[in-house]
Parts: sequence; C-alpha cells; structure tokens
Amino acid sequence: MMIEVTDLKKYFYKRKGFFSPSSDPVKAVDGVSFSVEKGSTFGLVGESGCGKTTVARILSGILEKDAGRFSISGKRDMVFQDPFGSLNPRMHIYGILSESLKVSKVSPAEARARCVEALELVNLDPAGVMDKYPHQFSGGERQRIAIARALVNRPEILILDEPVSSLDVSIQAGILNLLKDLQEEKSLTYLFISHDLRVVEFMSDTVGVMKNGKIVECASAKEIYSSPKHPYTRILLEAVPSF
Amino acid sequence: MTSFTLTMKRIIFGIFIIAVMTLTAVFAPLVAPYDPLEMDLSPEGRLKPPSPEHFFGTDNLGRDVFSRMLYGARISLSVGFIAVIISVCIGILLGGLSGYYGGRVDALIMRFVEVMYCFPTFFLIMMVITFLGPSIVNVMVVIGLTSWPGLCRLVRAEFLSLRERDFVSSAKVQGIPDRRIIFRHILPNAMAPVYVSATLSVGAAILVESALSFLGLGVQIPRPSWGNILTAGKNYLDYAWWLTFFPGIAILLTVLSFNLVGEGLRELLDPRLRKRK
Repeated sequence: MMIEVTDLKKYFYKRKGFFSPSSDPVKAVDGVSFSVEKGSTFGLVGESGCGKTTVARILSGILEKDAGRFSISGKRDMVFQDPFGSLNPRMHIYGILSESLKVSKVSPAEARARCVEALELVNLDPAGVMDKYPHQFSGGERQRIAIARALVNRPEILILDEPVSSLDVSIQAGILNLLKDLQEEKSLTYLFISHDLRVVEFMSDTVGVMKNGKIVECASAKEIYSSPKHPYTRILLEAVPSF
Repeated sequence: MTSFTLTMKRIIFGIFIIAVMTLTAVFAPLVAPYDPLEMDLSPEGRLKPPSPEHFFGTDNLGRDVFSRMLYGARISLSVGFIAVIISVCIGILLGGLSGYYGGRVDALIMRFVEVMYCFPTFFLIMMVITFLGPSIVNVMVVIGLTSWPGLCRLVRAEFLSLRERDFVSSAKVQGIPDRRIIFRHILPNAMAPVYVSATLSVGAAILVESALSFLGLGVQIPRPSWGNILTAGKNYLDYAWWLTFFPGIAILLTVLSFNLVGEGLRELLDPRLRKRK
C-alpha cells in the first residue's frame, strides 16, 4: 500500500473569549481510515466543509494530525485547487519549478533539465514558459505549471486537492486526461479530492464518500455509482445533473 | 479618493523636492558659497537680511545661513534615512516572526509592541539621549529603535494573511526551509505597505531630529542642523525673520514631500484604494 490512513482525527478549537471555556471543537476529520494501492487513484468526495481538504493537508504535511496514524511510502507532492493562488506571483516559472531542487542541492544543469522534462510532461513549451511570470498565463496553463512543479521532484504519490474545480469546464477535461496519462506513464498513485462526482467517477478506482469528517461509504468507483449503499451517497448522486 | 493623474503629480512633486534636497545635501561643499562655521563678528556682518551675497542672510555670529542650511540638510536627511532603515529592519524581523510563527512567539512580540506603544515615544527618546549624551549617531539609533512598532504590526498582518496562501503551503509541502519561505515567498509579497510606511516614517524621523536639535539634544552647536538653526534664530524672531523662516520652510517642505510620496505610493499600491480604469 502506498498510502495507509488509520483513524485520522483533526479537531479545530474555536476560542470564544479570554475567560469563557473553549467551545466544542469542530471535528473536521473524525476517524478517517482508508488505503491506496500503488498506481491507483483514491477519490475523496463530499460537500464543502466535510473535511476532505483537511485530510489532504494532513497527508501533505501542511497540518498536524491530532490523533490516528498515516503512512506514506514514497515521495509525495501536491497540486492545489486555485492555480492563481498556488504560484508565487513574484517568481518566474523557472524559479517556481526549480526551487525545491535548489534546496535539495541538485546541480543547476540537472535542475534545468528536470524542469524542462516536467514542462514537457504537462505539454507546455519549456522555452516559452520558463522566464515568464504566473500572471502571464491562463488558469489552465497555470494548473499545468502547478502540476509540473509537483512532478519536478519525481514523486510517487500526488495529492490532488480539487485540481480542476476552479477551471472552466472546457479546460477541465484536458487537465484530467493529462493527469490520467501521467499516472499511466509514471505509475503514480493519486489521492484525488473533489466535490464533483462526475470528475471523481472519471478519475478514481476507489471512492470514499465523506460527510462531517467521516467516510460514510467506501467502495470501488463502479459499485458506488451503480449501487450506492449509504443514503448520503444516494443524495449526492441524485444531485448530479444528467444530460 | 483621488484620480490617478493627481496621485502621480503628487508623487513626482514629492520626489522632485526630495531629489533637490538630497543633491544639495550630498554636494553641499560644492554648492555652499561660504564655510558654514566661518564667523564674521563685525557689526555689519551679523544678522544681515537676505541679499545676493547671502541668499538666506546671516545669523547672530555672522555665519551664512544658506551654507548652514545645506550642511544641515545632510544631518536631517541622513538621520531620516538611517533611522528608518533601522526601524524597517527591526519591524520586518519581529513582525515577520510574529506573523509567520504565531502562537507564543506572536503573543510575546505583540505584548512587547504594546509596551513600546505605552511610552510616549518622544519623551522616551529624550530620556535615552539624556543618558547616552547627544550625538547624531545616538539620535539616529534611538529614533530607529523606538519607531518600529507600527511597522511591525503592519508586517505581521501581511504575514498572517500571506502564510495561508497556497503558494506558501506548496513550498511547505516541497520541504522548502522556513527561512527561505519567509524571505523568498512571503516578504516580497508583503513589501508594498512597508514602502509606504517607511516613506512616511522618514518625514516623521526628520521632524523628531529637528525637535531634538531644537531642544539642544540632537546635533550640537556649532555644527548646523535645521533644528538648531531654528533654536539659534528664535531669540531674534522680532527683527531677523530669516533665521527661523528658512529652516522652518525646509523642514516643512521635506516632511511634506515624504508624506506626499508615501500617500501617493499607498494609493498606487493598495488595490482597495485603486480605481478601476
């Protein structure tokens, strides 16, 4: 297993005031367990506020867990929802891509080669991209750059936190196909987080449905979509507009 | 809210005055027609009103006020700039630590800031100068050491919001060290309000220096500074207006210029104040 999560918990405490005792915690993640096989995609779906992003942030090391265990066997990197916020506006693309390489003492020539390779993987022309700044690109291009940044370190696991939710529908398909191709080529393991059931169905092998910090149903994508067991899953599925 | 062109006019006017002041201060030995310390104690040399020989007249010891003003500008401007550099360094460092790490570090630094706010700054400066002895270096350092709390809070607020941004999270995921995240990712994005505040502070620091020199706690006579030229002139206010008028105008113009540039920068850099075109 590439990712193993057991009984993960994260509570947020809201302090009411100086003298009043702290209120009940917000149970963002309340006992979540799942595992992801190598080369497969685990989709985490749920409405906003159900704790799916918190799970991603704990697994990627941005947040500390409060309880439970998780193990990640391999290098991991992350792609964020908003490509306008996830690229530093004051750094040019080469700086953004090469930063983690520079920090881990990769030689400049090697770093350059790795950045070129990563940009080619996401179908961007390296020569035309490297010296530009994030604001010179469209949302879709930026998200490709964000994916390239995640690939530069040659990770085995990618945590994808709503990677297409802020993009136009016309661009979403391109990014999703790119992610699928990359997974095949590099045998990557994905943790794919989204609120969009259709996107998750397209991407995932296994799906976990989250509600109020818990996974209420976890099964293969086929099973979830053909015979949902939990009433909440059914509500979600009925809410999907069909054509 | 003012229009873009008006803002630009203000900034250009301010920069022009500051540039003129700075240039004349830097090249004071070349520009000054007389030695600022050279006295002429003869009755006809003292307290001469402005004339083609002495643009700003002469003082009670027969020294050329124009030359003294030029040398005084060196003091005022360098005190302004150096004090602000010191204050910006401290403000960014403490504000950055406070905003980035939060928690106890933040609580500690913010309580310290509040303590600093409790003192009436000017009296604090006066007290320190009284103990350390008046000198230009002491004045610069003390103004710098007491004027950072506002800037510190500003930087902290910027850091608080920037550290939650995704590009900072991404750097954390990639294992970029904190120091690099602070200096490469957060600080460059937090500088706009710092520029504004620093520009305004230069004007304030010049005012404090003038006031200290006026009270005899700054630059010591016979070395000229705008503040102590004013002091020397106040005894002759009735019949030698030029002794107080010119340094007063110089202080006013300089502080005004820094404020115009600072306010202008604020309007240009702050998106909330920026008008849509």
